Amino acid sequence: MAFRKLIRERFFPHIWCPGCGHGIVLNALLHTVNELELDKSSLCMVSGIGCSARISGYVDFHSMHTMHGRALACATGLKLTKPSLNVFVPMGDGDATAIGGNHFIHACRRNIDLTAIIFNNRIYGMTGGQYSPLSGEGILATTAPYRSIDPAFDIVELALGAGATFVARSTAFHVKELGGILKKAIQHKGISVVEVLVQCPTYFGRKNKIGGPVELLEYFRDNTAPLGTKKLDENPALIARGVFRDEARPEYCEEYAKIIARAQG
Amino acid sequence: MGRTQKQATARAAGRNAGAQDIRFVQGNEACVLGALYAGVGFFAGYPITPSTEIAEHLAEQLPRRGGVFIQMEDEISAMCAVCGASLAGAKAMTATSGPGFSLKQEAIGYACMAEIPCVVVDVQRAGPSTGLPTKVSQGDVNQARWGAHGDHSIVVLTASSIQDVFSITVEAFNIAETYRTPVILLFDEVVGHMREKLVIPPQGDLEVVERLRTEVRAGVNYHPYLPREDGRLPISDFGGVHRYNVTGLFHDIFGFPTEKPEEVTKLVYHLVDKIENRAHLLARHKEYYLEDAEHVIVSYGSSARSAIHLVEGRRRKGDRIGLLELQTLWPFPSQLVREKTARARNVFVVEMNMGQVKSQVKQAAVHPDRVFLVNRMDGMMVTPTDIGKVMRIIEGRGF
Amino acid sequence: MEKYRFLMSGSGGQGVITMAILLAEAAAIHEGRNAVQSQSYGPEARGGATRSDVIVSDGPIFFPKVLQPNYLVALTNEAAGKYLPLIRPGGLCLYDSDMVTPDVRVDARKKGLPLYAAVMKKLGKPVAFNICVLGALAALTEAVSLASLEKALESRFAKAHHENNRIALHLGADMARDCKD
Repeated sequence: MAFRKLIRERFFPHIWCPGCGHGIVLNALLHTVNELELDKSSLCMVSGIGCSARISGYVDFHSMHTMHGRALACATGLKLTKPSLNVFVPMGDGDATAIGGNHFIHACRRNIDLTAIIFNNRIYGMTGGQYSPLSGEGILATTAPYRSIDPAFDIVELALGAGATFVARSTAFHVKELGGILKKAIQHKGISVVEVLVQCPTYFGRKNKIGGPVELLEYFRDNTAPLGTKKLDENPALIARGVFRDEARPEYCEEYAKIIARAQG
Repeated sequence: MGRTQKQATARAAGRNAGAQDIRFVQGNEACVLGALYAGVGFFAGYPITPSTEIAEHLAEQLPRRGGVFIQMEDEISAMCAVCGASLAGAKAMTATSGPGFSLKQEAIGYACMAEIPCVVVDVQRAGPSTGLPTKVSQGDVNQARWGAHGDHSIVVLTASSIQDVFSITVEAFNIAETYRTPVILLFDEVVGHMREKLVIPPQGDLEVVERLRTEVRAGVNYHPYLPREDGRLPISDFGGVHRYNVTGLFHDIFGFPTEKPEEVTKLVYHLVDKIENRAHLLARHKEYYLEDAEHVIVSYGSSARSAIHLVEGRRRKGDRIGLLELQTLWPFPSQLVREKTARARNVFVVEMNMGQVKSQVKQAAVHPDRVFLVNRMDGMMVTPTDIGKVMRIIEGRGF
Repeated sequence: MEKYRFLMSGSGGQGVITMAILLAEAAAIHEGRNAVQSQSYGPEARGGATRSDVIVSDGPIFFPKVLQPNYLVALTNEAAGKYLPLIRPGGLCLYDSDMVTPDVRVDARKKGLPLYAAVMKKLGKPVAFNICVLGALAALTEAVSLASLEKALESRFAKAHHENNRIALHLGADMARDCKD
């Protein structure tokens, strides 16, 4: 476990429920960071509020655990002040698409070099199972006892529409694939948005009678398919996985450096 | 940097040719010049009347000094970006007005809890809500103190002249850095927009407090939230050798979340005491003719200009009247107010709200029943005549 | 210790506020006196009533607003209607005679000059109209010297505008002197 040096061991075991998908994402991330041999003192983890936000306490990075939905805004100030930092922004449903939705689209639009990882578990877990903008219609939640009537956001479409330059989706089932995507995301210059479908057995699975962690992971296996595959072409109902966009566009901090040069010229 | 700075000042409008740097500027620009003097390196904001000129001037000036200006998507994100920038090592600030100030409270509370030095300017306009966007008010005094939820303390400063706006802004950065706290600069539309002469002192004339960084070496435990003997917390910039945690949760001396009652209590005491216990050190004020004053006016911001106008006029007629101009509003300088008003027959608090400072003066005064409010909150500046009229009534000389 | 209280009024886009700033700056920076300039405006950037107050004095200035001007500049009928009643009895009102018809009953010296038309004739464009008004105001009141105003203009404007500004300033001043009573 070479990546042990990347975690703050004294805070383990983590607070996530048994069977939660968040640990799988953390695992994939640590492997990737380890593989890339990034300087630990250049690593920052800026999180918001919720189950996913707790990740900032577990990694031995510079960590800023901020306010609900505000991680990207805080990270923007941090990154602009020290562009040499590698800044990760883990977010949950609410952080990315509800209370922090505005910051999300604007970070995408600016194309600032941050790695945003969205843990999509279709539920508000930390507050005890309320529906989120990612739940979708027909979902049972403590605040949707008669099933949700709210359509869900498609994070990939949202990020693409907002102008993000790296947009990808994977799941907690596809760990190897997720690692590969995270590697590309970290190396990408500009905003990287990685949506990860993660299971919440405690609230989403149980409440919606889908089952426990195993059944939820099987759901990701059976209901998703990689981009460009026959399987996906033949069944459009499947959720697409893979890299949807990976393009070069001027990065915000680099553009700002040019403003400084112009002002001083 | 020296060269570009010189060019920048030479280009600036309203600059005289002599050796002394004298300019004719708005309050909002004086605030910017004060911030630059203090070494501001980062500004994030969102346009809002009547504070917008602060953003406009910094958009021009900061890049010239290698600093960062960013116009964020809203007031909330602007305040958040300030927190992030400050942790990365920059002296950081934002500026806003009423409705935007409401939105910033969440992250102001975060900055209080996480002890992130920063400066927040609120150029007050009439409220509540959208209110009168282009008109003056001083209605945010209590919000500045109590806008963020939970027990905390905060420093709030103000000024009534362009020269004082400059120096109090430098002071705001100094206090923010010394005590690792947000400092609110509570100006008002009249002071923000009016123009007056400003003499910029040579760098070095006014004290500028630099950030206190930790001397703890790499590999040795750094306790980001363990105050030194003198109460100060040396900081380690993000990106430096110490990787620690910053959170809005109650936290231990390493910055990690705690729910231990004794640690929670200790932190609340620290956050409140570091400011309240220094109220006397933080109290900035000016006084005019208080030695023998029978009538003492207490005022601040642009209202104080009307007050001194009246005081000067009445002194010429032989009235024993004086003014205590407050420049620190919070922590409220109760001791100072009590001493300065102790011998007064009547105390008049002049402000443009429904008595937010008056309530504090009443609590501080030896004779609370002799404290009266002279106010205006219709978007118009309180006038010397307004004050004179109320004084006549109180003195039993008719309306 | 004379105190000059100016109230400059017109509509947004006429350069009223710039005019006020220049006047105050000329006094404060180039003549070493005290001056305060303040303004009040509505939400409109163009059109709508604009007002700017300037106080020039050798002594300190505290209350920055002008409640009763000695000197009023009115560049629209709306402004004249609104502010002429505030003028101190015997004060001076400067207006553009092609744009404003002031109320004859108000006790004030009323100076109407066709400044806008003169600027159009001389420069072919209206950009320096406010500077022309400023020239006339300076000549009528002698509150600040034309030399100080020129310095203020040079520090506030790009070089390309200096010549036109100087022409407009002196045009206004000459027209005012010609009709001085």
